[in-house]
Amino acid sequence: MSIDATDRKILTATQGGLPLTPRPFAVVGSWIGLGEDEVIARVAAMQEKGIIRRIAAAPNHYALGMTANGMSVWDVADEMAEKLGAQVGALEFVTHCYLRPRALPDWPYNLFAMIHGANRDEVEAHRAEIQKLLGSACRGKDILYSTRILKKTGVRLRKEAS
Amino acid sequence: MRRTPLPPDALDDTDRALINRLQEGIAITQNPYAALGAEMGLSENEVLTRTERLRGIGALTRFGPFIDAAAMGGAFCLCAMEVPEDRFETVLTLVNAHEEVAHNYERVHRLNMWFVLACESEGEITRVADRIERETGVTVLRFPKLKEFFIGFRVSA
Repeated sequence: MSIDATDRKILTATQGGLPLTPRPFAVVGSWIGLGEDEVIARVAAMQEKGIIRRIAAAPNHYALGMTANGMSVWDVADEMAEKLGAQVGALEFVTHCYLRPRALPDWPYNLFAMIHGANRDEVEAHRAEIQKLLGSACRGKDILYSTRILKKTGVRLRKEAS
Repeated sequence: MRRTPLPPDALDDTDRALINRLQEGIAITQNPYAALGAEMGLSENEVLTRTERLRGIGALTRFGPFIDAAAMGGAFCLCAMEVPEDRFETVLTLVNAHEEVAHNYERVHRLNMWFVLACESEGEITRVADRIERETGVTVLRFPKLKEFFIGFRVSA
């Protein structure tokens, strides 16, 4: 998957957000010298290819009262991991879900699922639901609660391809 | 970013419905907000003013395209370290000094420092992680994603 310089301009122009005006794609076009139709066509094509997942809102978990979160980790039998991972990822309280390599002997877990809840009891209840879903394919588990954000700059797109 | 809950009366039922609906994504058309409003029984203007307000009070962190960063080119890797308590701040300073460290969390575990490296290439991930090991004397465990199960960021407001 790759994008050209014009697509990149559209993405960098909208990184801060899509304008909240009746014709947002016309406004984006006016910023970078493109017509509304071309912006719409290119954005639609990027969504089709999966470069843009969707144009949507990101809720603030903390503001909405979901102040507790934990990174739950699971050792799931390899042959079941993709199927079960998709099911765990589809749970409403799971915001991120990944299959990752184990780092034996230090780290036996291959499925990572970030759980959000109003408090730690709720997170633990959600965690029990995941365990039930995984059933006998689960051979080990742990949960890591965060105590401090040490850095958060996020991933920013560069203006020009390097 | 706001890290405390909004007061209980900050959102009405329409706000909550809008937060839930906006997480699903808008249509890519000339008047996407009018289309979304029609679906929810709201005017275009009401969608716009409410969304603006939700962003203003911090109920939403952003509204815009969600990009698959890997599809844009670039490499990402979750990393973990077991940092001795008495060296934590020193190691933290060394790790965070690298601009490739996109975020970093302290967690309650033997592996107590978890960060994400965002680089231009896989080779650069290895180079930066190796350098952090040399600078800190602490092993950097690497957990690149093999598969992402993306449903993402859905909260029932």
